[in-house]
Amino acid sequence: MKVNSPLEAYKFLPGTNCGRCGEDTCMAFASHLIDRSHKATDCLPMVEEDKFANKLKELEALLAPEIREVVIGVGEKAVKIGGDDVLFRHKLTFFNKTAYAYDVTDTMDEKELLERVNTIQNFKKFYVGDFLTLDMIAVRCVSGNPETFTAAVKKVMQATDLPMVLCSFDPAVLKASLEVAAEKKPLLYAATKDNWQEVAKLAKDYEVPVTLFAPNDLDMLKSLAKTFSEMSINNLVLDPGTFPTGRDLKTTFENFLKIRRAGIEGDRDIACPIMAVPLTAWMAYDDEISASYWETVLASVFTVKYGDIMIMHSIQPHALLPQLHIRDTIYTDPRKPVTVDPGIMEIGSPTADSPVIITTNFALTYYTVESDVSSNKVDCYIVVVDTDGIGVEAAVAGGQLTAAKIKKTLDDAGFDLKEKTTFNTVILPGLAARLQGDVEDQLGSKVLIGPTDSGRIPGWLETNWPPENK
Amino acid sequence: MSNKIKLADINKLFKDLDVESLEGVTIEGDIELNISGGGGLNPALAYALGHEAAQISLHIANISRMLGYPVDQLFAEGLGLVPSPATVAEPAIQNLIESKFEVAKIAEWNTPIEEITLGATSADGGSRKSTVTLGGEKAMPYYFDAEMPHRNYVTMDVFDIPISMAKTVKSNYEDVMEDPAEWAKKVVKDFNADMVTIHLISTDPLINDTPAREAAKVVEDVLQAVDVPIVIGGSGNPQKDPEVLERAAEVAEGERALLASASLNLDYERVAKAATDHGHAVLSWTQLEINAQKELNRKLMKQCNVPRDSIVMDPTTAALGYGLDYAYSNMERIRLSALMGDTELNFPMSSGTTNAWGARESWMKESPLKEDSDWGPREYRGPIWEIVTGLTLSLAGNDLFMMMHPTSVQVLKEITQTLFGSIESRPTDINSWVTAEV
Ligand code: B12
Ligand code: SF4
Repeated sequence: MKVNSPLEAYKFLPGTNCGRCGEDTCMAFASHLIDRSHKATDCLPMVEEDKFANKLKELEALLAPEIREVVIGVGEKAVKIGGDDVLFRHKLTFFNKTAYAYDVTDTMDEKELLERVNTIQNFKKFYVGDFLTLDMIAVRCVSGNPETFTAAVKKVMQATDLPMVLCSFDPAVLKASLEVAAEKKPLLYAATKDNWQEVAKLAKDYEVPVTLFAPNDLDMLKSLAKTFSEMSINNLVLDPGTFPTGRDLKTTFENFLKIRRAGIEGDRDIACPIMAVPLTAWMAYDDEISASYWETVLASVFTVKYGDIMIMHSIQPHALLPQLHIRDTIYTDPRKPVTVDPGIMEIGSPTADSPVIITTNFALTYYTVESDVSSNKVDCYIVVVDTDGIGVEAAVAGGQLTAAKIKKTLDDAGFDLKEKTTFNTVILPGLAARLQGDVEDQLGSKVLIGPTDSGRIPGWLETNWPPENK
Repeated sequence: MSNKIKLADINKLFKDLDVESLEGVTIEGDIELNISGGGGLNPALAYALGHEAAQISLHIANISRMLGYPVDQLFAEGLGLVPSPATVAEPAIQNLIESKFEVAKIAEWNTPIEEITLGATSADGGSRKSTVTLGGEKAMPYYFDAEMPHRNYVTMDVFDIPISMAKTVKSNYEDVMEDPAEWAKKVVKDFNADMVTIHLISTDPLINDTPAREAAKVVEDVLQAVDVPIVIGGSGNPQKDPEVLERAAEVAEGERALLASASLNLDYERVAKAATDHGHAVLSWTQLEINAQKELNRKLMKQCNVPRDSIVMDPTTAALGYGLDYAYSNMERIRLSALMGDTELNFPMSSGTTNAWGARESWMKESPLKEDSDWGPREYRGPIWEIVTGLTLSLAGNDLFMMMHPTSVQVLKEITQTLFGSIESRPTDINSWVTAEV
């Protein structure tokens, strides 16, 4: 982004404070342009009135992120990568989470291929109100044969809408597959110092994004990038090679740092999304667990440090779960409040006999508890206390989760325990056990101490609910 | 073909075009540019400038882009044409446009992290066979801006009584859980620990309320059993810990242990004094809050006179999926501030990586959610949770890792030492990864 302050962006706005963007003033809108929570086109007068057209164009160009954005695939499952403006997430946030692609080969038999594709596209893990999922399929040409490869690509396309990476260094192979797959806007892998002219032509003719591969040769990588850009092929992904072990890996790591730093600092030629290929771990380790562990280690390192897209092989859960979580960790917007609205939630169809569960309004806590009960078909009430978005243990320690706060939540919702429930009993989190006496006094109700992890609520209820003495 | 053109000429060129939208574009000065022909060209510009000027158009656009002006759009807009790139053929480029990649080192990183040595050999009045030196960095970890002087180290947890722990972890320690000295030996001999942390958790009044004097015995036993540097941890009880750590510091006199911890919610002065009186270092522990970390460090230095070479920080570790985003950015901010001159923060850091075992993904047999895909065996899931938690923090600048699972320790050491640069590569022909049989 070439503008740094709201004031600079403000100069381009109409300055009428009409409020149509949802902000009270143009200045407020300008500050949201800088933090990238609004787009210039959210200012409708700029879009509608011809006299602002040039200003809008200028502003949009100035607001464009330092690192190019590249879209791969079409439709709902399309992925967008790149688009970053900072080197450290706390300086703003990182945009467009790393796209994770998992490989299939054209030498797999149909059954194996479809099984893999389905595992990849169906894998999901619930987290903070949503499912974490995988993004792409990388089809590798191992056969060397254009027809075989194209047949495999076709099968993948029939089985899934996930975007694809088409992997071969042979332009004839890539061309054959593009004949059937181009409209899905797959990412080409890859142009090298040897085949770049032919691959450039394919990228151009079929209008698809393309990866440039120059293992441990940043001059070559930049030369390729510059050449492609001059040919107006702008949807570029850079692969500086992922050497899986030892000093070579250290060099790879440094290459990632260098490319991204140069890009953020204004070297336009190299300001493109970067690809890592943790799959190379499988070329260094024979045994499956070592390989999948090391692959996950590489995936984590390059998710933290600037990988925008990567190709992996293991689809075992012990590899996928940490990969999905480290990506979420790094790409969570550090500016976003992590709270849910306080109040009383009805889970399933609770009745007067249903349990009443106390928890906090920290999103991670709430969604964990909510999914633990709803997934196990427990009908209940969840009392969500406003703890300023702090989890149970820290909120008890910091005084945001107290008996008075719990009472207030119930009162605000007009929820009278004696009236609405048969047992006049609430369940406290195990980690809030020390509030028991206070809560009993304040609510005039019974208080049960639940398990420390909400995952155990369903089992715990089987023996502890309904409470014995009514 | 090669041409020389002055910026003044370019200005003239633009003027003739009478493109309204160029308002705001002022190219000034009289810099001489070297323009070589043969490049690709922007169709809108080519159209605008006519054939003669076509070859330079691209370069003009590039200059202007450099200056931050969206020339392409301006031209296209001004001429009322926005051609779709697909309809205009580009001349193919025959030769690569050779470029040199360059990137600068970061100049603001001008303050090194303190070097802190733990453990003392006989030469220094102790009985350790090895010592560990943390810190000394002049750049973010593993960066090319400056060589990292010391590798990362791992200290493995030992407890003074058997505790409940994840099944996957426990299976490694069942034979030694009753005997902290044997436990300590095992982590050093079998699991390659650089250091040992002895946690005196039985001293907690809510557990066994073991008297400080007795707890100190355990510290002596551990010092006897192993010859690596040690960390001495209390129970976390703020009332009891100062006393426990005082006693322990006394019996460990001369061994230069790390006392864990001084924090704002206990009598940190007593802990600091125990360290300075007996030649130990102190772990300055705060809860994910950079300002609290500054405050505590400041108090340790100014109020308690702890020397700068005796402070290690623990800014708190939250597990992957359970606040690692806070922990990571907190450490990263601390390290960046330190490198840029904040002398209240330029100390090595330590992570309670073991916290990863608190995440349900690491220990639960299966997902409590029916909608989740199968989580696979927890024996594989647990160690990698600890690894990823640790290695993420290593990238934020963490120096010392407190860990539990032997596999996690091994893999974390492998990756941190690889990035440090002390591991040989296995030759791998990555040029053929696309066709590799894996
Ligand atoms: C992240 C974190 C923070 C973050 C909090 C971010 C946030 N939005 O919550 C920050 C940096 C703000 C923080 C600050 C503090 N923290 Co803190 N923090 C942690 C940490 C690392 C993780 C907590 C977490 O997010 N857990 C995950 C969530 C999902 O867990 P949860 O809310 O407890 O929910 C689970 C269970 O409680 C249960 N559950 C939830 N609801 C219900 C309901 C029912 C009915 C049942 C049965 C179960 C149940 O299931 C959930 C899923 O497992 C822990 C250490 C650790 N455990 O790793 C320390 C920890 C919680 N913090 C601690 C402390 C002391 C503090 C501070 C007081 C430090 C200080 N001196 O300033 C402050 C207080 C701040 C405040 N309250 O204003 C201590 C608490 C010690 C204690 N037992 O009293 C801990 C344990 C660290 C420690 N070992 O000392 N902290
Ligand atoms: S819509 Fe545009 S003109 Fe109206 S207030 Fe928002 S920024 Fe200003």
